[in-house]
Amino acid sequence: METTTLVENLPHVTSLGVIIKAIIILAIISALAGFGTYIERKVLAFMQRRLGPMHVGPYGLLQIAADGIKLFTKEDIIPQNANKLIFMVAPIITAATAFIALSSVPVFPDFTIPSWMPIIGDTFVPAIASDLNVGILFVLGMMAAGLYGPLLAGMSQANKWGIIGAARTAVQFLSYEVVTGLSILAPIMLVGSLSFVDFNQYQSGGIGDWIVWKQPVAFILFLIAGFAETNRTPFDLLEHEAEIVSGYATEYSGMRWGMFFIGEYANMITISIIAAVVFLGGYNEASAIGWLTIMLKVAFFFFLMLWVRASWPHIRPDQLMWLCWKVLMPIAVVNILITAIAIMV
Amino acid sequence: MSLEQFKNRNVGTQRYTMLDLGKDPQTPWCKVRQVIRRTFKGDLLVGLWVTMREMFNALFRGNMATLKYPYEKLPISPRYRAIHDMLRLLESGHYRCIGCGLCEKICISNCITMDTRYDENQRKEVSEYTINFGRCIFCGYCAEVCPELAIVHGARYENASEQRASFSLFEDMLTPIDKLNLQKEYPGFGAVSPDADENIKQTPLAY
Repeated sequence: METTTLVENLPHVTSLGVIIKAIIILAIISALAGFGTYIERKVLAFMQRRLGPMHVGPYGLLQIAADGIKLFTKEDIIPQNANKLIFMVAPIITAATAFIALSSVPVFPDFTIPSWMPIIGDTFVPAIASDLNVGILFVLGMMAAGLYGPLLAGMSQANKWGIIGAARTAVQFLSYEVVTGLSILAPIMLVGSLSFVDFNQYQSGGIGDWIVWKQPVAFILFLIAGFAETNRTPFDLLEHEAEIVSGYATEYSGMRWGMFFIGEYANMITISIIAAVVFLGGYNEASAIGWLTIMLKVAFFFFLMLWVRASWPHIRPDQLMWLCWKVLMPIAVVNILITAIAIMV
Repeated sequence: MSLEQFKNRNVGTQRYTMLDLGKDPQTPWCKVRQVIRRTFKGDLLVGLWVTMREMFNALFRGNMATLKYPYEKLPISPRYRAIHDMLRLLESGHYRCIGCGLCEKICISNCITMDTRYDENQRKEVSEYTINFGRCIFCGYCAEVCPELAIVHGARYENASEQRASFSLFEDMLTPIDKLNLQKEYPGFGAVSPDADENIKQTPLAY
């Protein structure tokens, strides 16, 4: 009853508002993805007692601009024996799916553009670009589809390291995707919905209502699977430099290579948002403080990924498969069973 | 340790200490126990703690390892062997080199070129002295052999220049006359050690 009144109170979402929201997401998240590379370099440097980028701008802040100029002006090399069309399309798949996945997660607070603006005045810009009732399913599906990027890139570039990277993509995808789905199934059963808004409202009562207290195992499993999903370090098999040069990205240069990275960092942000909304209370619709807290949570998860990268070694592909199929999946299934019994009783 | 012992590479006959890695799991149940033990032992958290501790030490306790090189430099040892310095006599300001030619003689890469002549007081003066730093291997023999401590190795290790001749002339290496008060008595390569007096023994005259 309360939810329906809440929905009725919200202003009408127009297509113009959605377009503006999409532009905002594209602009800010790609900028954040660039900024993420800076943060990653800085945090890794500090953890290794280095300074990191220091010379371009104050504290190296303009390093992103320097990197961007470098990536944009670099020659776009397409190898002779590569399948040229697929080679050119593959990075776009990664970047595009990462941003499509962001379309149905709550990214920034909703607001109404003030009426003195010429054309777009009085337009309501929603928090979620497209508030699907199967949001979680859509996001996970899109992020899974994003794996086509590395897969096709590795297979199209006529390079042995690329082929190995592509094979590892398939291995990794088959391993973690089961765990992702099963681990997030338990909170979905608790809430009884696939919509992020419902997850947010389920946990709106404060820290005590967070799902992480009810589903700690699912939370850890989802984090592990999320690290695999975003190719972060313990599961950084696709482009493990020490073993396979750069894996699927070996032959890429310039902006095509940059698109892989924008996609990867956008995926990191997406996974952080999902983890924050599903397990750590999400955002509070009523106040700006709620949006501040979710940004802090997302920043924490982002930092956690960098922290883990600085701390832990890579694992081998067979170890990843062993971990996902023999350890995490049984735990996830048992967790679902226990949750189901608890809900029934 | 004798040579024979040193050459014995048969592992097991020597006193090697094995690391305590524990036993490999034999049965499946042992493997499960190992997995559970490793999962809950918290070694992963120890790793996270180490990096976090290092970050705090680096950021807030000045434990950063990076040196911003062109702006900051590490102090180098007085025995460091970089570009040579030619020292002056502190009293008169005249250069110490007496033109004996020992450095030219001993230089194993033949990079020192010198020429001398008699000046109007019938004293030897150095008319020409160059060191070819393209060939110098900075062995320090010239500083060691110099009887007057006139040629020493300085601390100038940034050797990039547009011309090789930029610091290879006698005048370039000589202490500027207006900075004579800043000239330090050389403690490094070729100098007598501070405890030289204690180490001097009487030369036995008869065996």
